[in-house]
Order: sequence, then C-alpha cells, then structure tokens
Amino acid sequence: MESELSTPIPAIEGVDVSRSFGGVRALHEASFSADFGEVHALVGENGAGKSTMIKILSGVLRPDAGTIRIRGEDVDFRNPHDARALGVGTVFQELTLMPWMTVAENLFLRHEPRGRTRLIRRRELVDRAHDHFEHLGIQGIDPRELPAALTLAQRQVIEVARALLRDPEILFLDEPTSALAEQEAEWLFGLVRSLRARGTAVIFTSHRWSEVANLADRITIFRNGERVDTRDSLTEGEAVTLMTGRTIDRMYPERPALPVGAETVLDVRDLQGEHVNGVSFALRKGEILGIGGLAGQGQRDLFMTLFGARKSSGGEIRVDGRARRIRKPSDAIKLGLGIALVPEDRKTEGLMLPMSVRDNLTLAVLGRVAVYGVLNPGAEHEHVRRAVERLQIRTTRPTVQEVGTLSGGNQQKVLLGRWLLAQSDVLLFYDITRGVDVGTKHDIYELMMELVREGKSLLFYSSETEEVARLCHRVLVMREGRVAAELKGENTDAEAIVAAAVREFAA
Amino acid sequence: MTTGAVATPAPRYRSRSRLQHLTVQSAPLLLALIILAGMVALYVGLFFRQLSRFPGMFEWTSVVNTSMPLVFTAVGQSVVVLTRGLDLSVGGMMDLTNGFAAVHMHAGAGSMLGWSLVVLLIGAAGGAINGVLVAYARLQPILVTLASLSIYQGLAIKVLPEPGGSIPLGYTNILANPNGPTGLVFVGVIIAFWFIFRRTRFGVGVFAIGNDEEAARAHGTPVRMVKIGAYMVSGVFAACGGLFFAATTTAGDATSGDVFILTSIAAVVLGGISFFGGRGSAIGTVAGAFILTLLTNVLFFANIDPLYQSFFQGLFLVVAVLLGTLIRRVVRLR
Repeated sequence: MESELSTPIPAIEGVDVSRSFGGVRALHEASFSADFGEVHALVGENGAGKSTMIKILSGVLRPDAGTIRIRGEDVDFRNPHDARALGVGTVFQELTLMPWMTVAENLFLRHEPRGRTRLIRRRELVDRAHDHFEHLGIQGIDPRELPAALTLAQRQVIEVARALLRDPEILFLDEPTSALAEQEAEWLFGLVRSLRARGTAVIFTSHRWSEVANLADRITIFRNGERVDTRDSLTEGEAVTLMTGRTIDRMYPERPALPVGAETVLDVRDLQGEHVNGVSFALRKGEILGIGGLAGQGQRDLFMTLFGARKSSGGEIRVDGRARRIRKPSDAIKLGLGIALVPEDRKTEGLMLPMSVRDNLTLAVLGRVAVYGVLNPGAEHEHVRRAVERLQIRTTRPTVQEVGTLSGGNQQKVLLGRWLLAQSDVLLFYDITRGVDVGTKHDIYELMMELVREGKSLLFYSSETEEVARLCHRVLVMREGRVAAELKGENTDAEAIVAAAVREFAA
Repeated sequence: MTTGAVATPAPRYRSRSRLQHLTVQSAPLLLALIILAGMVALYVGLFFRQLSRFPGMFEWTSVVNTSMPLVFTAVGQSVVVLTRGLDLSVGGMMDLTNGFAAVHMHAGAGSMLGWSLVVLLIGAAGGAINGVLVAYARLQPILVTLASLSIYQGLAIKVLPEPGGSIPLGYTNILANPNGPTGLVFVGVIIAFWFIFRRTRFGVGVFAIGNDEEAARAHGTPVRMVKIGAYMVSGVFAACGGLFFAATTTAGDATSGDVFILTSIAAVVLGGISFFGGRGSAIGTVAGAFILTLLTNVLFFANIDPLYQSFFQGLFLVVAVLLGTLIRRVVRLR
C-alpha cells in the first residue's frame, strides 16, 4: 500500500466486508488480504469475526456488503464450489466428515474417480486415498475405516488432507490444531511451511500464541468484527492488548498458597476403570491438583469415572474421609462434586444448546430452586443473575437466549456457572479453556483462584501443558491410565511435565 | 514431489483386511441375513412338525410371491430413510397404482407394457411431489407424506371405488408366477439396482445427506435434487409394489396398500438401516421383507391365534431391533 510498484497483487482480499446474523453484527467493514507464499495468522477473541471472514472468503457465507477479490479480480461466490474452483481450499473449525462413510469416500466426496460408465470406481477410490495420504506423510489412517471409529485428531488430519486434495493455491485453516496433539500439530506445521515454499497462501487461526509466533509471516488482529491491525511481528503482550482492547499485565494469576495442614477432601485409592489402571491421589481443601501427560493417557476417563459417568471396576473414593460409592453422576453431585468437562468437539456433552442460558445454569440445582418439584421462579432468577454476573457471561436475556447462540467462550462459562450454583466443594475441570480466547481464559484463571481462596478444591486438566504447570499446586503426570510421576512446587514447569510424560516408567 | 512432512501422526490403527472392514461396517446387514436364515429354519421346522414333510415348490413360490410387493416398497422406503426422511405415502401410492392397473390393463403385450410404464410414471410423479415439498418447502417428511398418503388414497378410491377390476393372466405369470419362484429374478434385479445405485453420485449424495446434511451441502452435494430423487425412487418402487400386488391378487383393491406403510418401515428397520439416516443397505431391507413374510407363516404353523398375530409381530420387531442396537454397540467398542 505504501508503494504501488513493489506491492504484489494479493492472492485473496476481502474489502470492507460486513455481515450480520439476525441483528448481531459479526463483521463490520472489515478488510483482510493475504499474499501468495506467505503464512498469515488471523487472531482475535471468540466472536471477533475471524471464522465469519474465512467463511465468506471460502464461499460458505455471502457478505451483506463488501468485495472479494482473487488475484486482484472481483469475484462473487455463490457457494463453496465456486471458491474451490478458483483454488480456495478450506479446513473449517467444525468438522465436516461424514461419520458413516469411509475415509476414502469422505476425501473424494463429489470428486470421486469415475469410469466410462460414470459409475464410481470404488477400488480406485481407496488406492487414490492411500496415495494421497502417503504423499502428505500421513500414516496410520486406513482409507477404508469409518471416521466414527477414528480419534478426533485423526479426523482433523483427514479434513486437512481433503482440503489439499485439489492443490489449492489459497488455503484457509480455521483453528486446525485445536484437536491435534503435539506430534500431529508438528506434522501440520511442516506441511504449512512446505506449502508456503511452493507459493501457496496459507491463512490460519489459532488461540495458541506459540503457533502464531512460530509460523506466521504476518499477523492480522480482529476485534468485535473489525480489523484492528496487520503486523509482521508482535509480542504476545501486544497481541493480547490489541485483541482484547485491555491490558492484561499477567497472563497467569498468582496462585494462593496452600494452607498448611489442609485436610483431604477427596481421597482416591487405586481407582480402576476403563483406561484407568489404579490411580491414587489425595486432593486437599483449597488445592488445585493438576493432571498432566500426553493426550489420551486416561485423563478424560479418570474424570468421567470420578464423576460416575463411567463405571469404576475397583478402588475406593473417600469424600471428606468417608468411603463413598459413586455409581452415577447424581451420586457425585449429592456428595458435592461438580464437573466441567469440555467435550472434544465442544458440542455434544454438557450443555443443551437449544435450551436457554437459565435452564442450562440451573439444571444441577433444580432441587434447590424448586418447592415440592415446582420451580420457584424468584429463586431461580436470583441464582441465574448471580452466576451471570460473577462469570461475566455475555448474554442479553439469560431467560430466553439459547446457549447455542452464545460464543464458544461464553458457552464454557455457562458450563462452569452450573457448578458454581451447585456450590460444589470439589470441582473437576477438564480442558475448560480449549478453544477459548485469551480474555476469557484470563477470566477463567481468575475464577479458579477465587474458588480455591473460598476453600474449594479443583482437579484440573488442560491440553495446554503450560496452563497445568502455571496454575496448579501439584501435578500428577498420567501415562497409560496410571500416575507416572508427581511434581510439586517450584520445579513444576511445562518442560518438566512433558519430560515426565515421555519418560519410561521407572522399574 | 513430496510435501516434506516432518512428523507423522501416531500410528494408532489396527490394520484390518478388506473383509474385516466389510464385516464390521455391515454388521447390521449381517444380522438381518442371520435372522432371515433363522426364520427360514424355523419355518421349515414348524412346517415339518405340522405336515410331516418339507415345504415344496408351491410353498416357496407362495412365500416369494407374497413377499415381492413388500420387497419393492421397502427398498424404495430405504432410500428415503437413508436421507433421514420417511415416506408414509407408499401405502396410498400402492392403493392408487394397484387400482389403476386393475382398471386399465388388458391382455396383450402392448397394453401390459404401456400401462405398467404409466403406473411407474405415476409413482415417479407422486414421489416428486413429496420430494419438492420436503426439499423446497422444507416441511417435515412425516407431515408431507402423511398428507400425500391421504391424497393418494383418495385418488385411489376415485379410480377404483370398490374392489374389482382384473389383471390379465399373462401379467400375473410374469410378475407373480404361481408355478415357480421366478420372482427371485426380480430380487436379483433389485440387488443389481442397489450395487449400481451405491456407485452413482446420486447414491453417494443420499448417504451424505443422511450423514450430515449441512456438511453435504458445504461439499457441493445438490441436496434438494438428491432429496427429490430419493422420494421419486420411493414412489416408483411403491408403484412396482402396487403392480406386483395386483398381479398376485389378480384384481385391484384401493385400500389393499395401506398395510404396507408400517410393514415397509418395519422391513427397513429389520434390514439394519439406521433411522438417523446415512447407514445401511437395501440388501438388508430385502432380507427384512422376507423375514416379515416368513414370520406370518411361522406364526400360522405355530398355531397362534390370528387375533394375536400383530402382538407377536410387534414383539419380534422389538427383539430384533434390540439385537441390532446391541450389535452396533459391540462393533463400536472394537
């Protein structure tokens, strides 16, 4: 823009793009452009308009106003097909695989190899899928398998593979790593770098700053549906300020010291269950106990088993010193346990999306707001008001607004609010910050600290090891359903956790 | 050329052969075939106990001929259910087409062929109306087809106010030959249809819509056209069912098709097709249709009072569906 001569024609541009959803403004005269041969990061809080911009530039949504240009020429996408035909490939935030069609069928959907009879050649379908995976360096995915039988990370890898099937010159990746473990994320980064070397424009979004810093040549910041700035480089602190519009001086708050001699509130001895092979620990009052380890080492299963959502096959759980049986979630709730479990795909467990914020919040405390089984609207209203206030849930009218219409971060807050209302003494937080923007993350950290100050106890797992290291008093590192190591005090950092996670069991 | 990936995702999958994949992914279909085999055995056993001989050509022919109308209608129903829809109007369509054939068809190849084609066109048109209402007006399939069911039933009464009319003997001999189970040829035709259908873009579209309609749209599946197509297939197959029924009974009855509404759905369910769409095979439906016909015979030879027949049919259906659910759960855990 500074000099007309040296500026190359952008690969793709959205100019003054606006788009609203039923009165809610998602994008307001926002502009974005990316060049060939660059990796461009699009950052911002949840609801800042990144995904909307990507959907508009890939032909999924049509803008209310504004222009889209590819290689400097105005284009009008009527559907994703049009965009694909012009070399735009997209991996959306929501997974779009057909669960009951084979991986190969999914890869080539609408682009199946067909013979002279125009019938699909099923054998060739599998062979070509196989070749494509090999070409991209993907191992361990059988093209004849159903996605329903694969892990979320594998499904995400397939989404990426599908977008690359037709060698796009412009590639959008909307939060591609949120479901990936470190190893798969590394694979993706390698792929992105080699695409850049070949001249592809790669645009990606991520809530993990390290990825943005390592990968991006340029960074564009969105806030409240508008573009704030585009920079070649910036520090995390600057980015947070630009994204949130406020300065967060410390990302991780000070954790309150553990009171000396605090009593044990949750004592777990040799707990057995599916993928849980004898876990023992003692959680004390006012403690945040972290659960670390590589993904899929039984952490999720531990949380589910503790909460009674999965059967345990052995071991003992003592709550406040008394042995208890937790056979179903309602047993756990009665004992003062609460769980906030953010499902891997953020949609299926925990919240009832078509129901209101209020109904979702009071679900676990219906006993407290009902008299002889009939809800007391006054009490319910009071509870809801307090929760919305304390968690700063951004909702217009909690009594009617459907949870499904809230942004991701606010949905997570509703999930937490439910257990605050239940006044649970022990809270099981499983990956509650996944896919949440920095501002909300910060709010959640503060809330956690406030909870332990009040004397609650927290069991905390996060797929971001850094969080486990910085927020917890103690960390249990899990491996194959067992506690492989316990790390305490000041020597707990992310490196130490990862080191303990990959170390072989000491004999 | 290589894209030079630095690391690869952890190899987590168990390598399976083509056959193993087929077994796991078609478990509900296999279950349907096993139930069919069990039902055949039960039928033969009870028959032997009652009559001290095995069922002969006459009995098997009769089983095949009574099954055929249901086989056709249920296969059409399958295609709609695979898109996560439901077609209640098949009963009305069978009333209409079977009455229509009984009124108009005369001996002579020209008349038989010509009127058969007309009937199939009626089926296609009726299905297209359902499809348009579902795809464009975005009405619930169950509401649309409940309404069109009544409409087609009304038209059928208009065409053939009381049971009667006639079907030429030649026509009966082709579709429902009483002297041998030649109807199995049509089963072969249906199976061939299914394998071709699975290999068309249309077929893939049907499955894609049943899996995830939004995603299917995002990937360029012409969702509306495919839905209309699915209801048309159902209409045409119901019309075939009407013709076969007319051929079997050699006359028309404008209310005779109504029982097929529920039995066609039952056959789809027995065949292992998921009501949530996107999963299953019409081969299973064919098995399901035969299972239901055999069940009637089995209940008869088991000396069960005809009054209690539907009670036992319902009981059987529940047990079979439970088995199917169980199988799915087991397979998913592997």
